[in-house]
Amino acid sequence: MFSNLAEKLQSTFRQLKGKGKLSEKDVDTAMRDIRLALLEADVNFKVVKDFVTAVRERAVGQEVMSSLTPGQQVIKIVNEEMTRLMGDKQSGLAKSNKGQTTIMMVGLQGSGKTTTAVKLAGHLRREGRNPLLVAADIYRPGAVKQLQVLSESIGEKCYSNLEADPVEICREGLQISEKESFDVTIFDTAGRLHIDDEMMSEITGIKNEIKPDEVLLVVDAMTGQDAVNAAASFHEALGLSGVILTKLDGDTRGGAALSVRKVTGCPVKFVGTGEKIEALEPFYPDRMASRILGMGDVLSLIEKAEATIDQDKAKEMEKKLRKQQFTLEDFRDQIAQLRSMGSLDDILNMLPDGGYIPKEIKQMSLNEDSFKVVEAIIGSMTGNERQDPTILNSSRRRRIARGSGTTVQDVNRLLNQFNQMQKMFKQMNLADKKGSSKKMKKVKKKFPF
Amino acid sequence: MSLIDQFKNGLARSKSGFISRLDGLFGGGEINEAFYEELEEILVSGDVGVQTSVKLVDQLKEEIRRQKIKAREEARNLLLQLITGIMKPGETSVEQDEQPFVILLVGVNGSGKTTTAAKLANLYRQERKNVLLVAGDTFRAAAIEQLEIWAARAGVELIKQQPGSDPSALFFDAINAAKARAVDLVIGDTAGRLHSRHNLMEELNKIHRVIGRIMPGAPHRVLLVLDATTGQNAVAQAKSFNQSLAIDGLVLTKLDGTARGGIVINIADELKIPVCYVGTGETMDDLAPFRPEEFARALLED
Ligand SMILES: Nc1nc2c(ncn2[C@@H]2O[C@H](COP(=O)(O)OP(=O)(O)OP(=O)(O)O)[C@@H](O)[C@H]2O)c(=O)[nH]1
Ligand SMILES: Nc1nc2c(ncn2[C@@H]2O[C@H](COP(=O)(O)OP(=O)(O)OP(=O)(O)O)[C@@H](O)[C@H]2O)c(=O)[nH]1
Ligand SMILES: [Mg+2]
Ligand SMILES: [Mg+2]
Repeated sequence: MFSNLAEKLQSTFRQLKGKGKLSEKDVDTAMRDIRLALLEADVNFKVVKDFVTAVRERAVGQEVMSSLTPGQQVIKIVNEEMTRLMGDKQSGLAKSNKGQTTIMMVGLQGSGKTTTAVKLAGHLRREGRNPLLVAADIYRPGAVKQLQVLSESIGEKCYSNLEADPVEICREGLQISEKESFDVTIFDTAGRLHIDDEMMSEITGIKNEIKPDEVLLVVDAMTGQDAVNAAASFHEALGLSGVILTKLDGDTRGGAALSVRKVTGCPVKFVGTGEKIEALEPFYPDRMASRILGMGDVLSLIEKAEATIDQDKAKEMEKKLRKQQFTLEDFRDQIAQLRSMGSLDDILNMLPDGGYIPKEIKQMSLNEDSFKVVEAIIGSMTGNERQDPTILNSSRRRRIARGSGTTVQDVNRLLNQFNQMQKMFKQMNLADKKGSSKKMKKVKKKFPF
Repeated sequence: MSLIDQFKNGLARSKSGFISRLDGLFGGGEINEAFYEELEEILVSGDVGVQTSVKLVDQLKEEIRRQKIKAREEARNLLLQLITGIMKPGETSVEQDEQPFVILLVGVNGSGKTTTAAKLANLYRQERKNVLLVAGDTFRAAAIEQLEIWAARAGVELIKQQPGSDPSALFFDAINAAKARAVDLVIGDTAGRLHSRHNLMEELNKIHRVIGRIMPGAPHRVLLVLDATTGQNAVAQAKSFNQSLAIDGLVLTKLDGTARGGIVINIADELKIPVCYVGTGETMDDLAPFRPEEFARALLED
């Protein structure tokens, strides 16, 4: 419903246009939109209050009111405030100067500590470090085995001791790490509730024993209003040094990131984007900001496209686009390229909602089967038809359907999607000429079609 | 006062901060806009969501006007009724003519499926049912071992295959074995999956189809296991899982924390999916049938 705050704000301000100056009451309306969007994104309600107050102050005082595009001005302020709160820049892991770096994973049950511990080990290995994992969860059935299996899967060592208590295990692990010239030790601890006094004092005990350089709180990105309670308690008990946000590969807006950041003051250092051990990424405050605001993670998308798309092909495509010679064959190539970027779900998740991408295209399912259908349909067309689909009357469509083993509806749907895509390019070209947003230009350049 | 202090003084330690605040709210005073606003805030802070909170408060206003209610105390009771009216408990009986009764547990990563499978096995084992657990998560590291340990603790049998094997094939064998061994209740664990992953949802759908092919009508109850700390994303989860394989009910886990799981109101209201059980801890005994009264009180008071 509030999937795109940017659009909502634009429309609110559009309604207010022509009234000369905006009143404070007009601004209130916009602030309500912002409040709703943030609450829908699971930002804690107290954090939302503070945030809206800050944005309001800036919005009312400044040139916004008299600006010709107050909507855009407010969006800019919202985005800036949000990015500022998320932390202006990326922060990496602490590196101890005493040779050994120690990292402790803590958090609620099931948040992703064990998986993330191994992900971090993999990351550190790629940075040329030599990590040891320590299995200090003696409670959850199979927890030690889980850490062992995951460590082994990437060829890392894991220390465990089924006879000892967690504090002992950690002490032993650290000793072994020092003796055998590992230079990073990562401690996986049991999941626990922040109100479980016994378990909280256990983890304080571990912390006092190993005096870690990093105490990382692992937070599930789907967490709701309660994120602040757990984060505040863990921070109070342990003095956190950073946060890792997991399961961001889903479609959650991840407002918990802002809440946790606000109550602990700790930076988010990494994000988890999948179950695979490689699925660990640096945290980009600006991207998280636009995700929470529902403005789509346009930048991530650009990077992903950059990594997978054949740049020469992309240039050629851009030329074609400019001349508006985008044919059905190009359409098929583009879909094939999109598929090679990974799961389409992932990609679509990162696109701004609404906005630039027509819904016919967003709803296109690009799994293996539907791609075969696209191939079959286009394969059943004559060369002329592919170059100029406008000649496809109903008898031609019937022939193609028969030839490709599909239905006329399938053919119509594909042509409709193609038309939408063409239309989208036209709009992009137009917008480009008018000097549209920088972001969109970037997308256009890097996007495969 | 810094934000962190606010939380420390407020909700962080226990639910008591919440209670006293509500006592203050419902204790006395007239019913005015401020009252409604604060009420809405309490609902939102319990993850009920803005839309549903506003809807509830609007309904409450209407009732208060109609019944000419003046005391906040009475308003509270009305709200409790409104919530319990939406939250009818889901079915928990596993009795039926043809055996076995098949329960399938699904949900996103880490929500508590495997632990809930163990809890259910324990619960129905105590009711003298012949229970069979199926280690349907063949994907996650040591997921099979995890359920194996639980099965031993609960004293029930477990059917498993190699890590990485096809879960549909496993369920095929498991249901056949259950039929042959006169098992009363089959409880199937599955791998955690985010609802936005198309192919993983397809896999789940396939498991469902395979079970139904061997035993028409099965699985008889598909339960979506939902972590009570989940925010608004829970609605998207419920929608997607429901679309893929028709969810019969929810298990709301981790209610022993400070989260109140208010999002299930939205799911019950919009998707008509009831809560069947709640999880309140990490041992096998920490499972209870859902009681709407208790849930609503915890959401609003204690
Ligand atoms: N999709 C996705 N799943 C994740 C991510 N990180 C972890 N998981 C999954 O989440 C589930 C829980 O992860 P664990 O690492 O076992 O979590 P934990 O915090 O160690 O759990 P406890 O030790 O029981 O408290 C597993 O199914 C993981 O595969 C992520 O970034 N994305
Ligand atoms: N406090 C509390 N913890 C719970 C509850 N239910 C499960 N847990 C814990 O949550 C963590 C994850 O539980 P699992 O049963 O492994 O979750 P899962 O859904 O099977 O996880 P995946 O298979 O990795 O997707 C474990 O540490 C459990 O002990 C509950 O009701 N209360
Ligand atoms: Mg763990
Ligand atoms: Mg499991």
